[in-house]
Amino acid sequence: MLKYLVGRLAGILPVLLVISVFVFGFVHLLPGDPARLVAGPDATQQDVELVRQDLGLDQPLWVQYGRFLGNAVQGEFGRSMKSKRPVSQEIGERFLPTLYLTIVAMVWATLAGLLIGVASATKRGRWQDHVGMIVAVSGIAFPSFWLGLLMIDLFSVKLGWLPTSGYGTWQHYVMPSLTLGLGVAAVMARFTRSAFIEIAREDYVRTARAKGVPARLVVWKHTLRNALIPIITMVGLQFGFLLGGSIVVETVFSWPGLGRLLVDSVNYRDYTVIQAEILLFSLEFIIINLLVDVLYAFANPEIRYS
Amino acid sequence: MTTTDATAVAVSHEAVRSPLREFWRKFRRNRTAMAAGFCLLALALAAAAAPLIAPFDPAAFDYDRILEGPSADHWAGTDAYGRDIFSRILWGARISLSVGLLSVLLGGVAGVALGLIAGFRGGWIDSLIMRVCDVLLAFPGILLAIGIVAILGPGIENVIYAVAIFSVPVFARLVRGSTLSLKRAVYVDAARAIGVRDRLLMVRHILPGTLPSVIVYVSMRIGTSILTAASLSFIGLGAQPPSPEWGAMLADGRSYIGVASHVTFYPGLAIFLTVLAFNLLGDGLRDALDPKLR
Repeated sequence: MLKYLVGRLAGILPVLLVISVFVFGFVHLLPGDPARLVAGPDATQQDVELVRQDLGLDQPLWVQYGRFLGNAVQGEFGRSMKSKRPVSQEIGERFLPTLYLTIVAMVWATLAGLLIGVASATKRGRWQDHVGMIVAVSGIAFPSFWLGLLMIDLFSVKLGWLPTSGYGTWQHYVMPSLTLGLGVAAVMARFTRSAFIEIAREDYVRTARAKGVPARLVVWKHTLRNALIPIITMVGLQFGFLLGGSIVVETVFSWPGLGRLLVDSVNYRDYTVIQAEILLFSLEFIIINLLVDVLYAFANPEIRYS
Repeated sequence: MTTTDATAVAVSHEAVRSPLREFWRKFRRNRTAMAAGFCLLALALAAAAAPLIAPFDPAAFDYDRILEGPSADHWAGTDAYGRDIFSRILWGARISLSVGLLSVLLGGVAGVALGLIAGFRGGWIDSLIMRVCDVLLAFPGILLAIGIVAILGPGIENVIYAVAIFSVPVFARLVRGSTLSLKRAVYVDAARAIGVRDRLLMVRHILPGTLPSVIVYVSMRIGTSILTAASLSFIGLGAQPPSPEWGAMLADGRSYIGVASHVTFYPGLAIFLTVLAFNLLGDGLRDALDPKLR
């Protein structure tokens, strides 16, 4: 296990390197002079030169990259070009709302997906299966921003039950988390159904049935528990999808999270914030993927030793 | 004697069936996929003929009839400038369908070529291509697309590139897998033995074998790409108003939720149905072409 872990950790180093070069090169890929960009359109040539020296942009590229990497490791990304506040502070404030929203969405989506998937698999070919799979297929194709607007129309404007936007109470979570989780619930339902059907063909399930284990126990204990291994992997993979989806959902509901910050900073061309955000998002994906792999290896010895 | 003859005839008749006819025989039985295919064909025709069949000019303002609900004149109502929403959706179909098709074709061609090279050559080229694909696959498409749009600037053309790039690793991985197994096929060995050059071997003998699964993925990716492009337009990074792109129309109509919900309802419905149709078509193609992908 230790050997596997070390190998897996070593494997993410090149990925991190590629991402850091990309994020570093990002400012240099943009058309125009980065020093001019930071100084602003009204700055004099002298100001621009000062900024250039201040940011070390007059140094050779590899020196700049080393400095960038050193600062990034310490969580130092300079100041936001829009708000003039430190980027780390801007991002720090936005981190938790996105995390909470993602977790709430993940929990309901996983539970709903599991239930729909198991219901479809155990009633294969019957109406429960058809309804479940129609919901799942539609859920995958449903544009989340459209769902968000439809819900605002119904629950906020027509019925007045829920706030249209903002953050704070549990009511604020209802529509954003439903919107965010729909796609994941749909994917989970389809995936659970096929994983479940596959496991249900196994000999030990047949044996359990044959020796008279009650049907409900066969479903929940013998079949589902074994189907859970691939399902856990899927949950981890969907986390990445959720973080991406949060960008759109946060825009719909004006949620004060990282996704909205990213969209705002792209619109304002606030490059220091974009840099830090892309790095942060990438790190999150890498960590989640790593956790999934480790969990999977933990559950499945075949992977660990191959 | 006669029975053996009958079987022999039946077997040879079976063998005569071309792969295309075999596919069509299976695909035709899947009524959902057939329906989805017909809907998409109708949509593509309507989009192509939009200048002829759209009842109104999609950009024409009519301040006497702003935010009107659906009526006999305006089938899907009008927006805040009095523009006919149905006509705009028709014109928008041109944008969404071409963004979906172009980006997937662009990404697909690059991905297929890379996957073919990686699988056929092996060695360090293979490792390099696959590592880069791993990095790209680790990101959710929309984040990568936003990063690319942040560099290239907003606009529908850049969205096509952005969406194309994250289709590349999907196709590369898929084609590499089938290339690896096809490489060892007897007929490829035979071709190599009679002196067929590598390039011809790849293009003529291995590439066609990878195509069925590529076609399945093309259909599925077009749906995903249309959804991603619409999302980017919705958050203001893709098509810009006054373009009748569906996502941009939803962004435009956001402020009129509750007052005139039809402004966002119909473009949203158009996105949903189009993506759904592509996914259902993809499911049907998969079942008919390549059951092992399931």
